[in-house]
Amino acid sequence: MEEIAKPEILLDKMSEQLKILLSERSINQPLMVGIHTGGVWIANALHKQLSLEEPLSILDISFYRDDFSRIGMNPQVKPSKLPSQIDDRHIILVDDVLHTGRTIRAAMNEIFDYGRPASITLVCLVERSGREIPIQADIVGQHLPLDDTHHIKLTGPKPLELSIV
Amino acid sequence: MVNKACRPTDSLIGHDAWNIQLDKNGQLKHFLTVEGLSTELLSNILDTAESFANINEQRVKKVPLLRGKTIANLFFEASTRTRNTFELAAKRLSADVLNVNISTSATSKGETLMDTLQNLQAMQCDMFVVRHNASGAAHYIANRVAPGISVINAGDGSHAHPTQAMLDMFTIRRNKGHNFGRLRVAIVGDVLHSRVARSQIHALNILNTGNVRVIAPKTLIPIGIEDMGVEVFNNMEEGIKEADVVIMLRLQKERMQGALLPSEQEYYQMYGLTEERLRLARPDAIVMHPGPINRGVEIESSVADGPQSVILDQVTYGISIRMAVMSMALGRDPETIEAEKT
Repeated sequence: MEEIAKPEILLDKMSEQLKILLSERSINQPLMVGIHTGGVWIANALHKQLSLEEPLSILDISFYRDDFSRIGMNPQVKPSKLPSQIDDRHIILVDDVLHTGRTIRAAMNEIFDYGRPASITLVCLVERSGREIPIQADIVGQHLPLDDTHHIKLTGPKPLELSIV
Repeated sequence: MVNKACRPTDSLIGHDAWNIQLDKNGQLKHFLTVEGLSTELLSNILDTAESFANINEQRVKKVPLLRGKTIANLFFEASTRTRNTFELAAKRLSADVLNVNISTSATSKGETLMDTLQNLQAMQCDMFVVRHNASGAAHYIANRVAPGISVINAGDGSHAHPTQAMLDMFTIRRNKGHNFGRLRVAIVGDVLHSRVARSQIHALNILNTGNVRVIAPKTLIPIGIEDMGVEVFNNMEEGIKEADVVIMLRLQKERMQGALLPSEQEYYQMYGLTEERLRLARPDAIVMHPGPINRGVEIESSVADGPQSVILDQVTYGISIRMAVMSMALGRDPETIEAEKT
């Protein structure tokens, strides 16, 4: 099995790539949004490295999940924190692990209930195999081919650590 | 009679009334009364409502959580605010809502309550929201619905109005913070007929409120209410002193039999919340009222519309609380629901 990298190393690489991508796309004032909870940790680190002035936004996608009728209510749901006006904003959506793609779908649904952004750029620390819907990230720290029996776990926020369980 | 204040002696409510509210995992299945629920569960309802409060500020005020679920509003008694906010809450959760108009339904043609319910069950409803003028009506229905269906009490007689009490707790928490231990809460008015007051007192006690007072003429205070751990005042000026929260109750003329009050004018003179009396409470005290308000009967107009009034916030928060309760009851562990059915 492929060795899993240290998050700090991945984050350095990702923030450099993100800077280049933003300048290529002429995006000056992006709105960074982390998905609760692991995504928020990653977004926080990138937010610092990019020296963004606007506070980090937080999404809790519990109310937008597609498996509510199968697994029920998440008892630890936290309120999302997004600016009231996101129309025409360039959003950088950040999550820890891109797996089935369902979380990202739910997150995008929620974002569109707040308004109509100009664009969404997806950034993930790890992209693993197992996509169930056609969603792909723009910036990825590490690609990992994994079978269904293995899961990637991110612990944090200090220190951030990745492991395969 | 110890329990007289807490519970009507109506035979519709058994001694274990609140036990049927929770499923085997301790999750909220029905919401019939606040009584007997844990501090943790009430806090959980308030926290969940907090997350929903955000949705109500979004441009698209809707989440797909209860898509495909059907909620029937059964209002056997008049209601505007409660019925509308229950309907809005259900719609913002993407549930389908059936407003059964009892006065024009088959009930008025002689159909029994159970037949009405069975018909709604045949229409695959997942939840009944019930308002009835008989104490215990929601319990009666909860005991008889098909397994897997949840019942929410939207007010039964003079017994309980749990979602109102929870939205009031939410209003207090938003204005005064999470620590109820340091709060003095005064409930003023027609406590005798008020299901709202009963539910509020239970909720305030469960959330460990420092000091709960009821203020009313002797004729409008139920016997034995001291046993609920409240301080009783018959004098408004004394009772309201240094209060952090003043909750006014509506004078329920429609439930009054016999001469409990000399006149509305005299009641206002003795117990009406005027600007002058409000000055006896803490300067940052908030004024609440479950509505509908009788201006000039229990509250002065300028107080109801004044800077300390949070009466309209209560209405807004009512949507979040009802969204929380509905999603918790319908978002229980699916395997448990399936097991209940067999």
